[in-house]
This record gives sequence, structure tokens and C-alpha cells, in this order.
Amino acid sequence: MNGDKGEVIKVSGPLVIARGLTGARMYEMVRVGEANLFGEIIEIKGDDYSIQVYEETEGIGPGQPVVRTKEPLSVELGPGLIRSIYDGVQRPLDTLAQDFGEYIVRGAERPALDRSSKWNFNPVAKIGDSVEPGDVLGTVQESNLVVHKIMVPPGRSGIVKKIGPVTGNVDSEVAVIEGPEGLFSVTMVQRWPVRDPRPVAKKLMPTDPMTTGQRVIDMFFPITKGGTACVPGPFGSGKTVVQHQLAKWADAEIVVYVGCGERGNEMTDVLMEFPHLKDPASGEPLMERTVLVANTSNMPVAAREASVFTGITIAEYFRDMGYSVALMADSTSRWAEAMREISGRLEEMPGEEGYPAYLGSRIASFYERAGNVICLGSEKRSAALSLIGAVSPPGGDLSEPVVQATLRVVKIFWGLDDKLAFSRHFPAINWLTSYSLYQNIVDKSADEHLDALWSTNRKRAMGMLQREAELEELVRLVGIDALPYDDRLLLQGAKIIREDFLHQNAFDERDTYTSLKKQFMLLKMILHYYDEAKVAMTAGATLDSLLSLKVLDDIARAKLIPEDDPGQFAVLENRITETIRELTRK
Amino acid sequence: MAGITKEYRTVKQVAGPLMLVEGVEGVTYGELADIKLQNGMVRRGRVLEINGDKAMVQVFEGTSGLSPQDVRVKFLAKGMELGVSIDMLGRVFDGFGRPTDDGPAIIPEKYLNVNGNPMNPFSRDYPNEFIQTGISTIDLLNTLVRGQKLPLFSGSGLPHSHLAAQIARQAKVLKTGEKFAVVFAAMGITFEESEFFVADFRRTGAIERSVLFINLADDPPIERIALPRMALTAAEYLAFEKDMHVLVILIDLTNYCEALREISAARREVPGRRGYPGYLYTDLSTLYERAGRIKGKTGSITQIPVLTMPEDDKTHPIPDLTGYITEGQIMIHRGLHTLGIYPPVDVLPSLSRLKDKGIGAGKTREDHADVMNQLYSAYARGKNAKELAVVLGESALSETDILFVKFADAFEDRFVRQGEDENRTIEESLRIGWELLAMLPKNELKRVRDAYLEKYYPKQ
Ligand SMILES: Nc1ncnc2c1ncn2[C@@H]1O[C@H](COP(=O)(O)OP(=O)(O)O)[C@@H](O)[C@H]1O
Ligand SMILES: [Mg+2]
Repeated sequence: MNGDKGEVIKVSGPLVIARGLTGARMYEMVRVGEANLFGEIIEIKGDDYSIQVYEETEGIGPGQPVVRTKEPLSVELGPGLIRSIYDGVQRPLDTLAQDFGEYIVRGAERPALDRSSKWNFNPVAKIGDSVEPGDVLGTVQESNLVVHKIMVPPGRSGIVKKIGPVTGNVDSEVAVIEGPEGLFSVTMVQRWPVRDPRPVAKKLMPTDPMTTGQRVIDMFFPITKGGTACVPGPFGSGKTVVQHQLAKWADAEIVVYVGCGERGNEMTDVLMEFPHLKDPASGEPLMERTVLVANTSNMPVAAREASVFTGITIAEYFRDMGYSVALMADSTSRWAEAMREISGRLEEMPGEEGYPAYLGSRIASFYERAGNVICLGSEKRSAALSLIGAVSPPGGDLSEPVVQATLRVVKIFWGLDDKLAFSRHFPAINWLTSYSLYQNIVDKSADEHLDALWSTNRKRAMGMLQREAELEELVRLVGIDALPYDDRLLLQGAKIIREDFLHQNAFDERDTYTSLKKQFMLLKMILHYYDEAKVAMTAGATLDSLLSLKVLDDIARAKLIPEDDPGQFAVLENRITETIRELTRK
Repeated sequence: MAGITKEYRTVKQVAGPLMLVEGVEGVTYGELADIKLQNGMVRRGRVLEINGDKAMVQVFEGTSGLSPQDVRVKFLAKGMELGVSIDMLGRVFDGFGRPTDDGPAIIPEKYLNVNGNPMNPFSRDYPNEFIQTGISTIDLLNTLVRGQKLPLFSGSGLPHSHLAAQIARQAKVLKTGEKFAVVFAAMGITFEESEFFVADFRRTGAIERSVLFINLADDPPIERIALPRMALTAAEYLAFEKDMHVLVILIDLTNYCEALREISAARREVPGRRGYPGYLYTDLSTLYERAGRIKGKTGSITQIPVLTMPEDDKTHPIPDLTGYITEGQIMIHRGLHTLGIYPPVDVLPSLSRLKDKGIGAGKTREDHADVMNQLYSAYARGKNAKELAVVLGESALSETDILFVKFADAFEDRFVRQGEDENRTIEESLRIGWELLAMLPKNELKRVRDAYLEKYYPKQ
């Protein structure tokens, strides 16, 4: 029986059931209906093949054809990824806009990598070299920031028979390798099935901090290269801004940003801003290191389910070249909801809140694709892939299944708090409930490379914030007047830490990014005020005089001290010492 | 195709708003159907699922009075469409886009599928043009921009209709010579509420440039699923083909969601939270995301969806999922309403996510952002102090805190409160803001730059 072509039996929203596809495999791509829509087989029961369709299924009905492609859902990997914006199944949205207009129409298709772009391939390997998977055959300057490495694909090896400089599109042959199964040709593009993690030689524990320029994160809840983090919070608490800030300022060499089931305008925002913002490390536009995947809430839900896999496969591919890569997914809850929707249509036995029973394992295997690694290849390149997922719990309720499943696997919890957001304290990361299990790693590194006092100061500051919370409970019961003066001074110190250190305005160009060095000096200066004030109080200075010092205004503005003028901090510390000592001299 | 004209008399099951037709051929998902009753009346249906020769059809007017033996079903081989024309302006339609006023039939310029297609994120233009609504709590603190979707979160018995009508009446950009239109989509609201809008549009002459789609509380509930799609299709046509700036008022989304829940229950789907279908988020996004601007086009679609929160609960799935999609929310507050303050906007939990790109020098005024931040934090502090005073008594407050309490009261009384016909310019709103800030000592105004303090702080 010929199973290459079957026919539609049933259509229910994005789910189509077809028969007659004998031999087709799980996760194989098919073409559905007269409109030739893209779909993927996600369940096989006897002769019933359930297909999730990546485009609107209106007009599809029983009897219409379903054609096998015999390939699983895959992405194209090669030069041209950087600066692109793709939908959830890697259709290039810029090209679609050009060729089909402002709305995404059904059946619109274009190759993910533009065949009219020409690239210069510079060989690294030589004829006669024996090469293994992951070995670099040559390089292509893909953007001002990215040297794209053309690697021997996983599963291939042999002797280089032909290689040389090539100028051409991604389909151009750049090398011929003779392997155990004979000669094979290598071009600048390879395909990879998105649901399979790309292999690495070895996984390692994370060791290096990934700085983000966000003070509350770097100082108190730091992330590492290869680390995993989640940002849960109700709407309006600042998840997307945190994700955008990381995409802008994290010291990753490649950023993959996945807009999964969220707002269209937020992607437009990135598209309009990134070409103009400069990477603090290189001074080049941020877009030169960025790949965008945008499957907004109103785009087909099955493609939303695929979007995080498309994003992470692209991220892994750059990791394989030896880069440190960071992927942000906003929001993983929408991905989980897409799974729930499809699962419901498959009439699977629902788990908690209607989510499929495999929700937890899917989330876990997604975050497992992060890590610090040794790449395939004889060079033994080290590389990292960090994953940061936003989570959007209904009603902000952290006990719901997606948050809980995520917390079981990620190492960082940046818990956003709508009370903080209402009082316009941003980023609204709750410093009492959030945590980072990478704290020790980062402390060690910062103490060694930045300042031996880094972790000491951090612990002191966090101690003050925790004490503040306790004291505030007390104040609510007995009033501020009942507190002893040293406690009231501590409240003042904690308030300064909150308002002048933790608070960081993402939309102020002077405040949006702070280097680790400046973060250290800022906190040190605040602690200095507190220490001096404590001493002065024992020497007789009044609390009121310490709370109304003019120099407090300078402390408040210190976060705006330019990165290239650190001398101002020393000057300010002196001024603090002076003015406070002045009080006791009188 | 033979299927097009074939009439089926094979309705086998009727349950809630759904019916099952068997033995069909050539029927496709999403296809429209005409359902002929014995008395000659015709109802509209849409295929929700097709399985072999069985089609599950959702009947928009409901199935009451329908008996399986007498019904004849004809499938129309097309999805739901709206015939659009510029002559729709000034007219009133039902949930299917059929005129319900006394005007002549509309001769469509063309037919558009009402589900639309998703706007390509690459083609969007970022909304950044300030719309002055004349309402201080919106203009100064939760600025609306063209192409934004900014809902009113309200509760039953609160004056959201008045606020929505006031916005529709007063909204303008600080630029002249542009074409405007209002698309009004009423879903399941009362006759009185609907008449209030229509009368208001008449009174101001806005009716001439409005298209009204009305489904009242006693109209078929399932029609409410079609209605916003009709309205947004008309809006897209006016905005992107006729270069108009369209303000769409969608009221009340809660009734829309209830209709969706009804269908879902009839299909025995696994329910999500509180019985609403798991795809409610996706479904709502296909409405809200139709707001926006497009690169290279003149027109725009700005949406003001209105919803009543069951039990004033913001975490109820309808406001919750809406808030996750829209670009902010304006909270209407029962407490303020009880105090007799109109519009009772609670600014603290309200938010316009797009405000930052629509304000400042050249758009509103240079000090706008600083004044906004300062008013927010001062009001928040005053409210906190007030709460503390409730627990511990006034005496527990410091002198400065007492100033902030006074500020908070004055803020509600003079800034939040305004007349229903009071149309404040942004300068007036800023002036009131500054007058209120002047109640506080200058050194407490840390969110305002010194230069602006110098320039705008009222001289005593
Ligand atoms: N770091 C920040 N600085 C200034 N404003 C912020 C910051 N984070 C959030 N905001 C404000 O909060 C709003 C909501 O943030 P957003 O990230 O869109 O929330 P979410 O994604 O959680 O719904 C933003 O539009 C902005 O006004
Ligand atoms: Mg968000």
C-alpha cells in the first residue's frame, strides 16, 4: 500500500486527523489539504494520524489530501540567521511581509535563509584533513559581530577531499568529505529536527557569571553562562521588560529572543530598537548578534507550540560554534497553553488544570537543553547556552502547574511582585522571595576578579533588607515611634538600598545598564553612608539630622554617575564622611 | 461542487447551541451554514468540527424551537464574511453585519473574511502618537496612544459606559486634518446602556462617522461570538484601506466570554479555570491583537475594550487574560465611585504600557514623565500613610506623612475627579498636577528633575 498520500478524516481547529499515511512517523511533517498547509504528526493510533497544523484550518475538510514529506519538523541552519525574524516554524517574517503584505496569509512560504544573499566562505580545514562532527571546515563573516563557523554536521566524519574559498549562497558546496559511506558534499546550510537536542561532547557545571547590567540581578540573584532562570509574575509586573533588558545587556555573544504567544507590538519594539542600541562590549548594534522568533498570541497556536523548539535549536547551533548564547522565551506559559489546547483536541486524559500529564517532562527537557558544554569537534571548544523563561501564572498564582513544573528545574527564581509594580518599584523583583542557586559561583568569581568585598557587601545589604521587612511588620503594629533609633537608621539604610540601588529605570538611558564595577561602588557608597551615620549617632548626632542630609540627594543621583567617571564615587564618599562628621563636631 | 446547493435533512442531535448534521459531503471546517426552520425562518451556523460525514454546527441564533426532523441545512462553501463599504458609516448593524436601522441596503465594495489574518509583527509600526482624551488620569498618568489596546476594567453598576463615551467624544490628537471613525461593538449590553451611547453619538454628531454593531442582552448570545469580528473587520477596512483613525469600543467582553463558555460546555471540552475554555487567551488575542498601526499606512486602530469583572475580581480569568494581552488597563474603582468621584479611576493598579513612547518634549511636554512618576509615588505614599492611620491612629503619622495624606485626598478630589463634559488639555492636567505637588515640600519631590522643579513648581 502506498502511504505517501492520505486523506483528511476530521478537522477540529488546529487538529486534523488523517488516514492512509502508513509508514509515516511521529513528528513527521505533512502537507494538509488543498491549501497545502504545513502540519506535523503528533499522534498515531492505528491508521489515525493526528496532525497539528501550523496555519488556520478554515476550508479544510474530509477527503482533502494529506501528503508526507518524510522529514521531521526541522530548521535551516547557516549564515543569514543573525538579524532575522522568524515565526514559530522558521518562516522569515521580513520576507513574507515583502512578498505577501502586512498580514500573514495562509500558504505563504519562503526559505528561512535567503537564497539571494551571497556569503564568503573562508576555509579553515585543508584537503587531506581527517575531520569529525563539529570540526570547523571554514568561516563566514555573518555580521559585524558574528563569525559563522561552518561545521561538519553531527553524525558525519571522514577525510576532506575538496575545499577552497567560495562565494555564493548557502546552498553552495564548500567542501567534499569522504566518509565510511562514500563521498558527501557539505554546503553552508544544514537542517536539524527541532525536537532533538543537538549533541555536545560533554556537559559541565556552570562556572562563569553572565552579567546583565541589572543591579538587582547581578548583585543579588545572579545568573551564570549556561544557567537557567524563570521570571514569573502577573501581568504588568515587568516580565517582558526584564527579558528585553537581558536581551539588550546580557554579556552573551548571541541572543535568541522568542516571543511566544505574546504581543505583536513587543516584537516591533525589539525590531525598532535593537538596530539602534549599542552592545556595551563591542559598540556594535545589538541586532548584529540577535535572532528573533515571533509567534505572537494571535498567530496559529500549533506554530506557537513549535516556536520554543525552533528558537532553542537555533541557539544550540550557535553554541556549537563555541559561542556563549542566551535565549529568552516570553512566555513559556503560552507555550504550555498551546500544548494544553492541542492535548485537549486529542482528547488526552488531562492532568492538573487541563494541562497534559507530560507538561512537567516537556518543560524539564526544554530547560535541559541549556548548559555549559564542551562542543563536538577536535578543538574541544567550550560554550554555553543560558535559558531565561518568563512565566505568566493566571491571577499571579504561583501554585499553578506551569510555575511549579518550571521551579522544579530552573536554578533561578526572579519573582515579580505586583505590589512593587503598583508602587512603581522596577524591576519589581521581590528581594525577599527570589533566589539564585548560582550565588556561590558568582560570589567567588566576583570576589576574585572584582573586589574582595563583593560578597561581604552583598550579604550585609541583603541582611539589611531582610531586617527591614521584619521591622516593618513591627511598625505596622506599634508605630514608628516605638522603634529604637538604630533600627530607624537601619530602615533609612534599607530604603536607600531599595530606592537608589535596586530600583532601576529601564527606560532611562543612563540607568538602563550598570557595570559590575559601578554596581559595587554604588553599594559600597551606600553602606558607607550607613556606617558613618551609625558611628555619628553613637557620638550624639540626631537621627533627624542624619535623615535630612543634603548629601542624600547626591546618593540618590549616584546611579547616574557615568560609567567612565568612577572617580566621582570616591569624591562622593569623602563628601559623605565630611558632612556626617560635621554633625558631631557641632 | 454538488455539496454547495445540497440541502441536508439529517440533523441528528441538538444540544445547547450546537447541532450535529450527518451524512454530509464536501463540508469543511469553519464553513457557514444556512439552517432553514419549518416556518421558513433562516438561522446562521458555522462548522466547529467536521468528522467524516458528521458536521458539528454552532447555531448563532441558538437552537430553541428547533426540531431535528424539520430542519434543512445548507452549507455555503465559505467562511464568515462581511460586505464592507464606506457607506457603513452612520449605520447600525446586528452581530452578523445586517443593517437594523431604516437605512438602505449596503452595496459592498467587497467581502472580507471576518476572522482576518494575523498582522505580521514585522509590518507593525510602533504606536507612539499621543491621544488626548481630556481625562487627567488617562492623559497624564496612563497615556493612550494611537494603535493601542487599553481596556477599562470595571464592575457592574459602575460608570464605565460614561467614561467610554467621554473618551470617544473627546479623543483627539494634537494635529489637524485627519479622518476619524468610531466603531462601536455592543455585546449583550442592555437597551438603556446601548441607547446611552447612541444618543451620545447623535448629540455630538459623532454618529455620522460611526459604525455600530449592536447585540443586546435579549439578542441571541452566540451571535456575540461573531459580532466583534464583524466590527474589527469594518475597523480594519476603514483604517487600512480608507486611511482613517479608528477608535473601537468593545463592550462588554464579559458577555462575549460567557458565550464562548457556553459553546465550550456544550462541546464537553475539558474546562480551564472557572469553566472557561483553555483557549480563551488565544481567542481573546485574535480580537485584541487586531489593534495597531501598519508601516506605510496612514490609518490606525485603537481599541477600548470594556469589561465588568465578576465580583470586582481582577484575577478572574476574563480580566486576567485580557490584561495579559492588552497594553495596560484602566481600573474603575468601586470605592471612589461610592465617594462620588467621577471618573472613579484607581490610578495605582492602572497602567498604560505604551505611555513612555508617547510623551515628553515634542509630544506632550518635557516634564510629563517626571510629573507622572512623582504623582504616582506621592499618591501611593499618601494612601499607605492613610492605611497606617486607620490601624494606629493619626498620631502615629509623621508630619510629612500627614502632608502626603492631605495630598492623596486632594489628588482624588481635584485631579481624579472631573466633569463628564470637562475636556482638559494636557497642559491643564499638568497644571493641576503641579498645583497638587506644591502641597509637598520641594525636597520630597525626588522624581522630578531640578530643572523642571525650577521651571514649573508653582511660585507661592
Ligand atoms: N525596569 C523597569 N523600568 C521602568 N519601567 C518598568 C520596568 N519594568 C517594568 N516597567 C513598567 O511596567 C510595565 C509592564 O511591564 P511588562 O514587562 O510589559 O510586564 P509583563 O510582561 O509582566 O506583563 C512596562 O510597560 C513599564 O511601564
Ligand atoms: Mg509581558
